[in-house]
Amino acid sequence: MKHVFSVRIGPVGFRVGSDWRAPIRQLAALYAGYPQPEDGVPDFTVRLFAQRPWRRVIRPAVMIGGDFMIPDAAPLPLAQGLLAAEMAMNLQMALGQRRYLLLHASAVERDGRVLLMTGESGSGKSTLAALLSQRGWRLMGDEFALIDPVTGLAHAFPRLVSLKNAAIAVAEAAMPQARFGPLLEGTPKGAIRHLVPDAAAVAAMDMPGKPALLLFPRFGFAPDIRDVAPGEVFMRLTQASTNYVAMGERGFDALTRLVLSIPAQAIDYPDTKHALAQVEALWEAL
Amino acid sequence: MSVGANGWLLARILRSPGDAAALDATGWTALIAIARAEQMIGTLAWRLHGTAMPPAVARILADARASADHGRTLALWEAEAARRALAPLGVPVVLLKGTAFVAAGLMAGQGRSIGDLDILVPRGSLDAVERALLENGWEWVKPDAYDDAYYRRWMHELPPLIHRDRDRMIDVHHTILPLTARITPDAQGLLAESVPLRAEEKGGLAMLSRTDVIVHAAAHLFADGDLAGGMRNLWDVHCLIEEFGVEGLVERAEHHGLGDAVGRALRLAAALYGDGATLSPGDRACLRRVTARDGWGSATRPWTRLAFYIRSHWLRMPPAMLARHLWTKWRKQSG
Repeated sequence: MKHVFSVRIGPVGFRVGSDWRAPIRQLAALYAGYPQPEDGVPDFTVRLFAQRPWRRVIRPAVMIGGDFMIPDAAPLPLAQGLLAAEMAMNLQMALGQRRYLLLHASAVERDGRVLLMTGESGSGKSTLAALLSQRGWRLMGDEFALIDPVTGLAHAFPRLVSLKNAAIAVAEAAMPQARFGPLLEGTPKGAIRHLVPDAAAVAAMDMPGKPALLLFPRFGFAPDIRDVAPGEVFMRLTQASTNYVAMGERGFDALTRLVLSIPAQAIDYPDTKHALAQVEALWEAL
Repeated sequence: MSVGANGWLLARILRSPGDAAALDATGWTALIAIARAEQMIGTLAWRLHGTAMPPAVARILADARASADHGRTLALWEAEAARRALAPLGVPVVLLKGTAFVAAGLMAGQGRSIGDLDILVPRGSLDAVERALLENGWEWVKPDAYDDAYYRRWMHELPPLIHRDRDRMIDVHHTILPLTARITPDAQGLLAESVPLRAEEKGGLAMLSRTDVIVHAAAHLFADGDLAGGMRNLWDVHCLIEEFGVEGLVERAEHHGLGDAVGRALRLAAALYGDGATLSPGDRACLRRVTARDGWGSATRPWTRLAFYIRSHWLRMPPAMLARHLWTKWRKQSG
């Protein structure tokens, strides 16, 4: 393809090809400090292409393709090309990753131990992970936690943190010195702005950690903390995993081991101040 | 290495795995993208197992092998589920394509990706088979009345069914070509010559005879389809010939009216994966279509692809019927 960008995020190498220069330029700027895929061979190929040749120029619309595709994926306007690339990279992981059990969760690490936070879109897991990374935690990722079925360790996948809607202003205020991507308005998920993980997160991204605590945050409720029983945790994580079924027995073993080895709590919070206090308290109590 | 990044790259490495030693990072990257696009990454991974490669590639191919192994387990379990549902009927059930290859432990099945479960049953027992499947958790995929009627009247298989819990499709065939095609293979002969997969088990699953299995692969490719998935299907043919030989194949193909299709399948498989063959202009056009990929795994040569797509419909039904079919489809699409 005409424009190409390669990067390694945690243990996963990507190659992004594009019919347009703009998304590649944005990726190159935002992932500036990241390494190249190991041995120069990426795990996944992503393609951003025009459905018809003239759509490169006239009302350009970015189609998403790659090694793994979903049929009938809707194109995005070229102004959201960066989002298209990020979505396509996530899609490769969601559909094609077989080395690690993928949990739709954010992950932060302290003292070699990992806090996992999982929940629906809007639960605040990305925002909380970003804010914790300002308070002595290492950001491992805001979208996928990678659980190694052999070791049980969580591997970092610190891609750009995807902040949505109200979370954008919260993060901008809390991290005035951080680097952000362009503000993307009117996407299928509302306003999106990408936050570049700090240098420490990138420098340490090859260091896995031992899972220590699992939280199910929920934004917009009065403060509350509840234990979640292993059976429910297991069920919720099968739903929060994009490749649990495809991993077969290895997936089952990895998930069972994780669920039985760490405590899990649901936390409700009305604002991030409460949430951070809850997280620190639960972590201290471990 | 002097092979461009297209389907020929994948063919060459499958033919001579040792050539992979000459690949640079770009070559490996293209090879993996093409193999994934052709759904042959598992096949490639098994073929290259034990040869030297960069660690990053070794990891990718190890994942592909694990994935193919899991796919094999699922495919065999699905076949077993169908066997249990159909056993009370006492009709012969013949596994086709990928599931048959893995059930029989054939080289063609090693690392092969398997989608739907394809089975062949006697036409006279279709109603009973359909009822038994519906009673055992399978459901219709296509609720569309025209498609449903079309399948039942003209196709060589029932409209696809999907299992409500396992989310796996089953295609129930009663012959190997649509009834509208100009060629009518001997469906009863396919069943009569089929061989049990486990000799000791009475009333168990069977697969096609060693000649019919190659005839079916060729029929599927040239007398029915538009050569989509051609690289994989020709690899099947190549492996089946390696294992079963070609004795009696020509006679059997002629018997089914598929001599031309089998002849072409043998030539193309030899050109891609074997010792080469003398090719006709038609063969060369087929190879152009089959290898139409670039180093990103993208489909290339759109006009060649379109031509084969039109050809596949032309072969499948007579002109007046084709016109009526396309007209109905078009009206439904625009309505």
